[in-house]
Amino acid sequence: MKKKAGSTDMTAMCDVAFLLLSFFVMTATAKIPEALPVDTPASVTQTKLPDTDLATITVGKGKVFFDLKGREVRIKALELMGQKYGVTFTEEETKTFSLMEGVGVPITNLKQLIGMKTSERNKVGLQPGIPKDSLDNQLKEWIYNSRIANIDVNDKELQIAIKGDAKEEYPAIKQVMDILQDQKINNFSLVTGLRATEK
Amino acid sequence: MAELNTGDGGGKKGGKVRSKKANSKVDLTAMVDLAFLLITFFMLTTTLSKPQSMSLGLPDKEDDKIKEKPIKVDENRTLTVMLGDNDKMVYYMGLLATPIAGPKDISYGKEGIRKELLKRKISVVEYTGNKDKGLIVIIKPSKKSSYRNLVDILDEMNIVGVPSNAIVNDFSPEELKLLEDK
Repeated sequence: MKKKAGSTDMTAMCDVAFLLLSFFVMTATAKIPEALPVDTPASVTQTKLPDTDLATITVGKGKVFFDLKGREVRIKALELMGQKYGVTFTEEETKTFSLMEGVGVPITNLKQLIGMKTSERNKVGLQPGIPKDSLDNQLKEWIYNSRIANIDVNDKELQIAIKGDAKEEYPAIKQVMDILQDQKINNFSLVTGLRATEK
Repeated sequence: MAELNTGDGGGKKGGKVRSKKANSKVDLTAMVDLAFLLITFFMLTTTLSKPQSMSLGLPDKEDDKIKEKPIKVDENRTLTVMLGDNDKMVYYMGLLATPIAGPKDISYGKEGIRKELLKRKISVVEYTGNKDKGLIVIIKPSKKSSYRNLVDILDEMNIVGVPSNAIVNDFSPEELKLLEDK
């Protein structure tokens, strides 16, 4: 008696499907809660931000946060910043910092911030922002030292992106742009959301 | 399709013990369906979640005022857009003292500034008769304008394809007055 074979062997297909699935699950970066949530304005540009050699300056609610991509670069940048402001970080602290998100505290409070738990750290409104006035321009130092660190580690010029809140007033953005221009950074990116095409 | 055999119920029927067919095949179709659905989901989210970025180039900032050479441009080619508070925008063509068009209030978006820009882009090329000498847009964001306004107007530049634009932060007293009046 011949059995009618109306089915295909799905095992191999299933294997492949799950292999791909696990790959995508692992490469997908989990959305990290941001310490400074911003609502970026929309634009029709489709250019994506690079994944490496990038520093993001988040501006919102009058505060400025600084984020840097790449663990090695972060370690180097922290070391340089420590030297500049006379703060020494232990190996443990440096390691934690390399895995952290954007920071928005003066350098003197950075040690304290590193000591916190991730969930506490990213509470909205906890971090006061990086000082950027002319008396104590730590943002400028962060940018400057990160550029050095990036050239040291990756041998490439650091790209700067400004991620501003849509409702932020222009002078706040202008101030950041001025800090960048003082260092002869005349090309940078503005992070925007995607606008639904209305053409 | 393959089926999951859950043993045959009528084993005793007929009084004869049939040799059980060892069918261990499980129907994987539904599982594969689900797996591919999830793959599609993760593929799309990973590529879509990357934020967009608009690159912006600014001219060199010269600390030394003497070195800074004023750039002479034909006033017939310039369109100045001033960004005010509450999403207001005033534009004029040419010099403010002797404007070709405006100064006039205009709205953001497709029906407002974009129409004007498209019109001017063509008319300026007609005026100069040279494709390389197109429209120049001067963007003047005031202190009250928001970041969204700036990105919106820069976005319009990209959509319309304005050959050159510049962000200028100096306001003449007349221009300030114009913005406040509106």
